[in-house]
Amino acid sequence: MTEHLPALQTALPLLAAPVCVLLRRAALVRVFAVLVTWSCLAIALSLLQEVLGHGEISYALGGWVAPLGIEYRVDILNAYVLVLVATIASVVIAFPLAGRELRIPKERFFLFYALFLLCLAGLLGITITGDLFNIFVFLEISSLSAYALIGLGRDRRALTAGFSYLVMGTIGGTFILIGIGLVYQMTGTLNIVDLSQRLPPVLGTRTVWMAFAFLVVGTSIKLAAFPLHQWLPNAYTYGPSVVASFLSATATKVAYYVLVRLLFTVFGFAFVFERVQLSALLLPLSLIAMVVGSLAAIYQTNIKRLLAYSSIAQIGYMTLGLSLANLDGLTGGLVHLFNHGLIKGGLFLVVACALSRVESPRIESLRGLGKRMPWTMAAFVVGGLGLIGIPGTVGFVSKWYLVLGALDQGLYFVAFMVLASSLLAVVYVWRVIEVMYFSDEERAPERDDAPLSMLLPTWVLIGATIYFGLDTELTAGVAEQAAAYLLGGAS
Amino acid sequence: MNILGLWNYWIVIALMMIGLYILIARENLVKKVMGLNIFQVSVIMFWVSIAKVRGGTAPIVPEGGGDVIYSNPLPHVLMLTAIVVGVATTGLGLALIVRIHEAYGSIEEDQVREMDRAEE
Amino acid sequence: MNPGDAIGLSVMLPLLGALGIALAGRYPNLREAVTLVTAGAVFATVLNLVPTVMAGGRPGLEVFQVLPGLTLAFEVEPLGMLYALVASGLWIPTALYSIGYCRGHGEENQTRFFVCFALAIFAALGIAFARNLFTLFLFYEVLTLSTYPLVTHYGNDEARRAGRTYLGILLTTSVLFLLLAIVWTWQLTGTLEFSPGGILAGRVDGPLVAILLGLYAFGTGKAALMPFHRWLPAAMVAPTPVSALLHAVAIVKAGVFTVLKVIVYVFGIDFLSETEGSVWLMYVASFTLLAASIIALTKDNLKARLAYSTISQLAYIVLGGALATMDGVFGSGMHIAMHAMGKITLFFCAGAIFVATHKKNVSELDGLGRTMPFTISAFFLGSISIIGLPPTGGAWSKWYLALGAAEGHHAVFIAVLMVSSLLSIGYLMPIVGRAFFFPSSEKQPAQSGGLAGFWAGIEEAPLLCVFPLCLTAAGCVLLFFYAPAILELLQTMSLVR
Repeated sequence: MTEHLPALQTALPLLAAPVCVLLRRAALVRVFAVLVTWSCLAIALSLLQEVLGHGEISYALGGWVAPLGIEYRVDILNAYVLVLVATIASVVIAFPLAGRELRIPKERFFLFYALFLLCLAGLLGITITGDLFNIFVFLEISSLSAYALIGLGRDRRALTAGFSYLVMGTIGGTFILIGIGLVYQMTGTLNIVDLSQRLPPVLGTRTVWMAFAFLVVGTSIKLAAFPLHQWLPNAYTYGPSVVASFLSATATKVAYYVLVRLLFTVFGFAFVFERVQLSALLLPLSLIAMVVGSLAAIYQTNIKRLLAYSSIAQIGYMTLGLSLANLDGLTGGLVHLFNHGLIKGGLFLVVACALSRVESPRIESLRGLGKRMPWTMAAFVVGGLGLIGIPGTVGFVSKWYLVLGALDQGLYFVAFMVLASSLLAVVYVWRVIEVMYFSDEERAPERDDAPLSMLLPTWVLIGATIYFGLDTELTAGVAEQAAAYLLGGAS
Repeated sequence: MNILGLWNYWIVIALMMIGLYILIARENLVKKVMGLNIFQVSVIMFWVSIAKVRGGTAPIVPEGGGDVIYSNPLPHVLMLTAIVVGVATTGLGLALIVRIHEAYGSIEEDQVREMDRAEE
Repeated sequence: MNPGDAIGLSVMLPLLGALGIALAGRYPNLREAVTLVTAGAVFATVLNLVPTVMAGGRPGLEVFQVLPGLTLAFEVEPLGMLYALVASGLWIPTALYSIGYCRGHGEENQTRFFVCFALAIFAALGIAFARNLFTLFLFYEVLTLSTYPLVTHYGNDEARRAGRTYLGILLTTSVLFLLLAIVWTWQLTGTLEFSPGGILAGRVDGPLVAILLGLYAFGTGKAALMPFHRWLPAAMVAPTPVSALLHAVAIVKAGVFTVLKVIVYVFGIDFLSETEGSVWLMYVASFTLLAASIIALTKDNLKARLAYSTISQLAYIVLGGALATMDGVFGSGMHIAMHAMGKITLFFCAGAIFVATHKKNVSELDGLGRTMPFTISAFFLGSISIIGLPPTGGAWSKWYLALGAAEGHHAVFIAVLMVSSLLSIGYLMPIVGRAFFFPSSEKQPAQSGGLAGFWAGIEEAPLLCVFPLCLTAAGCVLLFFYAPAILELLQTMSLVR
């Protein structure tokens, strides 16, 4: 049984999705989906344990051995990402759906769960597979269900947001497909490990350069890396908060994983950073993303859009870590993948809690909620501190590594910018906090907090941002191992 | 191999650009989906064309075996999946357009955007 | 008690106290009892550590490791001991005073107030006992954030603006400069542990020493070096007990304490005096010292005047550290205690005057000496201590600061110290003079002589306000006689490797 865990990791949610449609009863489906997702988490955790204890796992799907068959390959990097995705999914799926945020009536909630499980299957599939074409297929599974999930938002603008996400996402996906085709043309293989051995002799060819360009741009669209981020703000703003929570914490993170995998495993450090010199492009773009994303967040009037722009800035941190291309920097990027997932997932759940009591996600409508919903708003404050990077929160751990990585390279300006942009985070976080806690009303409003069933998942994520800010064994420890493993060939 | 010898790539590039142009230039959402389709088809053609081996036949082992050159079957198989993805994308896109039409009464992007702006 | 446990207990007690206060929020008497019991217990626990430290012991407590090499760990050394004593000791009178002030003034949200107060003390003790820069930075930020609700206590527009300035400056400097300096230090040395003689010696040279010191000195926004001093006057919108304990003792002392710790245990005074990396800091501190005194002269609002006086006095401590001599460091260490006692007295008085008469400005205090004799007398003693005249503690610390300047062959700073003392006479004494000798602008109290008339004329603030301020005023005098004990404590500090 245990040797089939890698296959079960994706097969379970994939098969469970149609079952949801068959079950139909909202309460029943919810319990079922929760159980499935939690099993996924259990599988992911045992895979991570296995990898940490016994090294890489290679699983030949259907018994066809790589490179002919599709190989599922779990190493420390994707085991780590699997745990993140499964954790966030487990928390978000337990969050009760609010009818007022969804366009479908209660008796059709099973569709939401079916889509959610499909998306989860796709994300886990991308992460676990060791085959480039398989990555494309799972990427499309997750993206297609994500477009639909965004389109479920109550606001009619969710539909147009979902549609433009679909257009952008499909362009990105198709670019990836072209890239895969070009690579296949040169090497005749799709297996990632196999590719890493067959590519080096042909790295000089123009075809490989083209493949590289298509793959990087395609992945960057899915990642919403600046300046390919335009789909993200609308999607997160008008999609249901629960969906925004899930996608912001997982979809972009998995795309980041794909990028890391492509750059370090498939193409290799020497090609990417010495011949192509990707850093010369990625580093300035990351810095701009950090600053522009944060500045844009400062001027938003809608809290969901504010968080969306903040995501763009935070993605900038992750790509910055990547472009520093040293141990500390890459560790910072990878650890921020996990940390930002927790923070942003938690913050969007806070918004979901707040929207169970107030009508609109405009920041103005949060006025005085600090008294009315103390636990919800306290969660926002803690999550916000994480975004800023106050010591004791996860944000600090990421920033620590990123600054260290920049100093290692002698890039003092970059180190300064990382810190400066976290001050911009102070501004946009505090704007909201001021509105929440300083109300001009004379009488304190009645306490009317979100129900425990909402607060509990929210606080699990928010609490985790503190826990992993202090105990970094699982996050920074594993991320550092993963970074060392990725850079192993380079140094 | 001269420029014309790579004619399959020229077709792919032409189709791709037509698709992208429609995506960018047209306001009608259905036309955008069409553009997306053309764009995707161009890539499928690219994959299929690179599978062709000069002088190769269909990849079927002749009776009694023998040394036959045959074209690479794998890209064809992969493209079956890509076509399915394309169909799913088109389906979802059209479904969204139906909903947009219900919500806005229009499927012209500029009009929809105008309505959104008026709402704010 | 095992010293390690005592450290853990003294840090955790305020946190538990905060929890208890929050739980007891509905019952004001119980809540205040929790505050007082916690304050007493914390001080007793901290006091318990003194003999060990005096004997040269350096008890420590490692909590856990956050990142490889970065541990949350505590270790008590003389400077931290002194700061912890000051912060926890003065919490007791402040707690009493807060009760009198808040009730006398009918404050809202008292529970939040007392909870945040306890959290601030928790952070201050964490800073005091920090064994490494990481722990110190962690608690430094906790202190900033836990006091934000206190600064913005009134929740009006003015408080909101002040809160922005407060948080803006403190977070900007700490994140932008201090954190950068810490990461940089880690990158250069691979350690953040405070160690005698410093960790940077031999690892950096040339202008980098001055740059790093600059990042540390300006990064510690709580030390209120110009031009990052604006938050302190802004924070004066807070209720007076907050200004008294936090903006005269816990927070600002946390700032200068951090600077001193960095100078002594990260750079090492020998290293600094060899490389002369701190000479510029002496001038910046001197400028702050004089400029703040001059601004204080122009302020009519009593709390604003005291705030600028605080900025000026903090610069003394930074100057003492920057001199990089043993006596300078001793003087600075002593001044942490002396100035704390003096300035808390002054703030208590300002608050008492406000509660009793609702007067905020110096120009309105004419003749107040007759109605509030105890308060004004206490103010007088506090002023003497700030100015640095015997028989108050302030005399000793200034003496050692001057000695430190002489030892470092920087005689010009002795002159600076003297001029600034004159200036402090200029901004503090007129207040006392007005209160005692000017005729009251309002009603004339009945001039019946004798003791009975004296008692009849008194219109003091509530007893819970007046008692603590008399206590701290007495403390100013007592410190004059206990200064040798403080010096003895500081002299157990190992300044060289």
